[in-house]
Amino acid sequence: MNIRIASALVLALIAIAFICAALDLPPAGDHQAPAAQHVSPRYIEMAYQETATRNMVCAVLADYRSFDTLGEILVIVIAGIAIVYIVGISRPADEI
Amino acid sequence: MEFVQIALLLVQMVCAVLALTSRDLMVAVILFAAFSFCSALLFAMMGAVDVGFTEAIIGTATTLFYVAVIYRVERRSSA
Amino acid sequence: MRKSFGSIILNVAFRHLTPFLMLYGVYVLVHGHYGPGGGFQAGALLGLAVVLVQMVQGTRAEWRIGVSGGIILACLGALIYLAIGLAPFIWGGNFLDYGVLPIAATPAEARALGILGIETGVTMGVMGVIIVMFDLLTRDNGEREE
Repeated sequence: MNIRIASALVLALIAIAFICAALDLPPAGDHQAPAAQHVSPRYIEMAYQETATRNMVCAVLADYRSFDTLGEILVIVIAGIAIVYIVGISRPADEI
Repeated sequence: MEFVQIALLLVQMVCAVLALTSRDLMVAVILFAAFSFCSALLFAMMGAVDVGFTEAIIGTATTLFYVAVIYRVERRSSA
Repeated sequence: MRKSFGSIILNVAFRHLTPFLMLYGVYVLVHGHYGPGGGFQAGALLGLAVVLVQMVQGTRAEWRIGVSGGIILACLGALIYLAIGLAPFIWGGNFLDYGVLPIAATPAEARALGILGIETGVTMGVMGVIIVMFDLLTRDNGEREE
């Protein structure tokens, strides 16, 4: 019973910390927020002239941040190969 | 709009708690699918349509995988 | 998954659903420049379409890609991505700088075509990994079947 009370206390503290952090966030869609002032205006102004792509999300994902997407797809492929090694080889087909 | 978002968040909380406490794994998987669909709707409401689309498709795919796994293991969890 | 899935109603419904699902996956891939969509979503949709065929028909499926085929598809997708990323070196550009490729009139259109190429690579990678995961999860165990 002690461990339940202690874990409930810890969870309540974490919840209070997260609520305090979330109350200080800027509202959704605020273009004055610090995160929206560094490189976002250049993407919004120049994305169609530079990439001829109307969907700005696609242009940022596949052109400006293309190296990031390369890392993502390599992670996915390596995860697939790891699944083959873990599930496919350690258990032969006649057990499980 | 605010009211719909708050209602969706409440549905998400109820789904999460019920999925954690249910003994039947199939019920937990279906509640998890409801959770993921609610979060896809929330993403689409906030203007991130790409993220919402991805969330909807990946929620469907993970539900399919969980159901495929449940057919191989015990459906009822012991604890 | 040796047995087919569910009842005859579900089998017929999935059988008629699969071609539209694959068409929708290709639409999401090539329409990613103009609307929501892109490589990851299209790969998940195409992988789910192949998985649905296997669920309906069991091991008798015609479109059975299998574990090794899925891994080959995924690695081919990553290879397409890397090849398109390395190709601008020949024409004096940077890594993943498709604007210098001589495939369109203006650099902006060359960039649009390069984006379509790498989205195709992402699609193949995600599709292969989803097929591999489902095949390994529902693989038959020889004699044990219900």
